[in-house]
Amino acid sequence: MSVRLQREDFDIAAEVATLTRGRDDIGAVVTFSGICRGTEAGAPIAALTLEHYPEMAEAEIARHIDEAQSRWPLLGVRVIHRYGRLTPRENIVLVVTVSTHREAAFAAAEFLMDYLKTRAPFWKLVEQAGAKNWVEAKQDDDKAAARWTAPPGRDEAAE
Amino acid sequence: MKVRYFAWVRERVGKPEEEIELPAGIATVGELMNWLARRGEEYAHAFDNPKVIRAAIDRSHVRPEARIDGAREIAFFPPMTGG
Repeated sequence: MSVRLQREDFDIAAEVATLTRGRDDIGAVVTFSGICRGTEAGAPIAALTLEHYPEMAEAEIARHIDEAQSRWPLLGVRVIHRYGRLTPRENIVLVVTVSTHREAAFAAAEFLMDYLKTRAPFWKLVEQAGAKNWVEAKQDDDKAAARWTAPPGRDEAAE
Repeated sequence: MKVRYFAWVRERVGKPEEEIELPAGIATVGELMNWLARRGEEYAHAFDNPKVIRAAIDRSHVRPEARIDGAREIAFFPPMTGG
């Protein structure tokens, strides 16, 4: 299964090993992990609680993995997103992309992360200074995701 | 049909999901939000700014003008902040 939503932590090395075992056609593995910071806007964080819409999150991430596989020659993809209450330094999300060459692996990992941020149904509740507040969506994340939908021939350099 | 709420929409409505009988004359997601907003104080609070609320029909993102006939599950939630 390319997508896993789980409460437990993940082991990056184990995931990479699963995707690469027994293959000699792989030339590049990119891993991205998102980690819970200890501060937000200059103030310490006690914890982040991730709420999600399980059935939709799995379907939505799977759709974007299919999309990544149709755009780049990938030999393997793994996305793991945690939910529940996480404290600073804990892992939140893992994206692993595997390809023959690095360009595809880098681009696909970035594409998947940009889409996870704006399209995967997850919401962060931050505990800070004794209060709990829902994290607001960032416009920069929308911009990052939008660059993947720009019409062909009109890339960032043209804007 | 089943309606599900997430994050602060869920907190404001006060429940994660419910079954509703779709009233006559409600054809789109946007119209459903307006109708829900009139169901009581907690709904009015949850849907007081429908422009910021996102929706999904049967687990796919949709726009407010999307038609809801045939939908089994509609979800309302704030912009996503995962990753």
